[in-house]
Amino acid sequence: MSADVFNADDAERIIAAQMEQARVFYGEDAKGAAPLLPILHALQHAFGHVPPQAQPIIAHALNISQAEVRGVVSFYHDFKTEPAARAVIKLCRAEACQARGCERIAAHLESAYGLKTGARSHDGHISLESVYCLGNCALGPTALLGDDLIGMIDEARADALVAQARR
Amino acid sequence: MSVRVYIPADAAAKSIGADAVAAAVRDEAMRLGLAIEIVRTGSRGLLWLEPMVEIETARGRVAYGVVRVSDVANLFAAGFLDGAEHPLSLGLVDDILYLRAQTRLTFARVGVNDPLSFEAYVASGGMMGLARAQAISTDAILDEMTISGLRGRGGAGFPAAIKWRTVRDAQSARKYVVINADEGDSGTFADRMLMEGDPFLIIEGMAIGALAVGADRGVIYIRSEYPHAIHVMNEALRIARREKLLGAHFDVEVRVGAGAYVCGEETALLESIEGKRGQVRAKPPLPAHRGLFGRPTLVHNVLTIAAAPTILANGGKAYGDLGVGRSRGTKPVQLAGNVKRGGLYELPFGVTLRELVYDIGGGTASGRPLRAVQVGGPLGAYFPEHLLDTPLDYEAMAKAGGLLGHGGVVVFDDGVDMARQARFAFEFCATESCGKCTPCRIGSTRGAETLDKIVAGVEVEKNMALVDDLLTLMTDASLCALGGLTPLPVGSALKHFPEDFIRAPKCAAAE
Repeated sequence: MSADVFNADDAERIIAAQMEQARVFYGEDAKGAAPLLPILHALQHAFGHVPPQAQPIIAHALNISQAEVRGVVSFYHDFKTEPAARAVIKLCRAEACQARGCERIAAHLESAYGLKTGARSHDGHISLESVYCLGNCALGPTALLGDDLIGMIDEARADALVAQARR
Repeated sequence: MSVRVYIPADAAAKSIGADAVAAAVRDEAMRLGLAIEIVRTGSRGLLWLEPMVEIETARGRVAYGVVRVSDVANLFAAGFLDGAEHPLSLGLVDDILYLRAQTRLTFARVGVNDPLSFEAYVASGGMMGLARAQAISTDAILDEMTISGLRGRGGAGFPAAIKWRTVRDAQSARKYVVINADEGDSGTFADRMLMEGDPFLIIEGMAIGALAVGADRGVIYIRSEYPHAIHVMNEALRIARREKLLGAHFDVEVRVGAGAYVCGEETALLESIEGKRGQVRAKPPLPAHRGLFGRPTLVHNVLTIAAAPTILANGGKAYGDLGVGRSRGTKPVQLAGNVKRGGLYELPFGVTLRELVYDIGGGTASGRPLRAVQVGGPLGAYFPEHLLDTPLDYEAMAKAGGLLGHGGVVVFDDGVDMARQARFAFEFCATESCGKCTPCRIGSTRGAETLDKIVAGVEVEKNMALVDDLLTLMTDASLCALGGLTPLPVGSALKHFPEDFIRAPKCAAAE
């Protein structure tokens, strides 16, 4: 399945698989919304975001209201309802990284690449998000690109990070 | 015979090139035709020395750090496979002062073993706690927990044994053990390091807890910002099922969070597992009575449950003999931010902030004077230099107007703007508030606005009184620690660093 293109069959298959997994593990407690977070993660993994068209399908499958599904999607920072950029740089802006100069790195990303928090780079391929703690607090400033954790970011390492994101 | 080379695969070590170093070591050995076996471990926690490479020699393990890819050929040439001297040599690992000064119980195997080798886990004393628990009655297990004096390591410091007893005595067809690995506090990474470095210890702890309280299902809720920990825990669960540590009698699954700080609050975490918005529940009922899906649930932080195998294996008394006052055992302290020797130090309770920051940490990384130390994450107080003699235990920290929390200590040099830090605390609370209670949801936004006015010089005295009033209200009336403790960083910044708030000349509006 190709990323970002919604496909109802794929969505239904993903939802059914997560419901079955929850049923096996939680038994009778797995009714209702119990599998919702794993479903949303799996959909986001498959489509690059949680497609709005998938939400009524989830609601129907779990026998909960669409409002409940939407409420959960909007509550958690991770879930996006629009396709993400090809690469997302998550820069930590929490206290320990502040103490090690993450604001300077954020300013550098903006001035050198037009990367503003919550927005995309000039070419549209990269977006920058703020996160609050990646658990690398002694070796910050830190960013996450995909599953790659990058620590001790100075201007040169920030440039390398953007180059890696563009690949 | 091949030489064993240990290189961390911990996320922090990876973040500064441990994978590239491992590849360079493998390639160079191949080029030279030398037989080596690379073992990827967790991190010893001496993070300023990462990537740290250890060689097994007849004398013991010899360490080298900070090792960069460009050092690798040179290390081979100097004979580091025999533990030879080199400018990067740190000597025998066991002699490194910063490790020797620690009491590593929970982190004993972290950085030592391949975290996913069950064989190595058992060979280094793993499974002894569970074996002992299986051999004695649940009453005897609870007695050991009581004697140990173990208190919740997540922050609240609630006596663990009381929770265990409450869940055990609750009547239900099903009970749960839920582990809170939603380690969202900036400056903390002990849960992450333990999950990546010794996952079986957590699983064994959960199995002991399940046995004691009569649970047959467990959940580890890990934040999505920890992809490495999620991967290692899932692998460890698969192996634990194969080794029959887990099975039909007790099984565990990983649930992945979705970027909501408030889900670190135990009832919000339970809501999240149930597929709902991570909104805090009013207590009572306590999770021990009605927790996950309304069932009696033992909720613990990673470090709390990970202390159980040690307590059962060595007896509650041995554990309780460590520490001070009502803070018994060891506390993995995480030293972070602008500090020279940042890392994880597992110490008996009672070390002072000054000893930690200067003697162990070596002062600021920038070399500039230290200005503030924040203890306990985003909801912890900022301490000025003159309060650094406060010991790190639950009661002493509370008495000094702070909290120990999850044991994160973040150092700031004199470049810090404390008004900005105070504003950030309000802003963070506003962003992360679950929205259920008004003091947190509204108070945080009003607080940030009012601080802006103070810094701009608008009606300073009046607005100071307003912030003061707001902090009292948030402390007293918030439903959980997010709104209830945001006043700590704000209030301590105002109290100890007033000069940062009164800067602008008085504006016309103040007249």
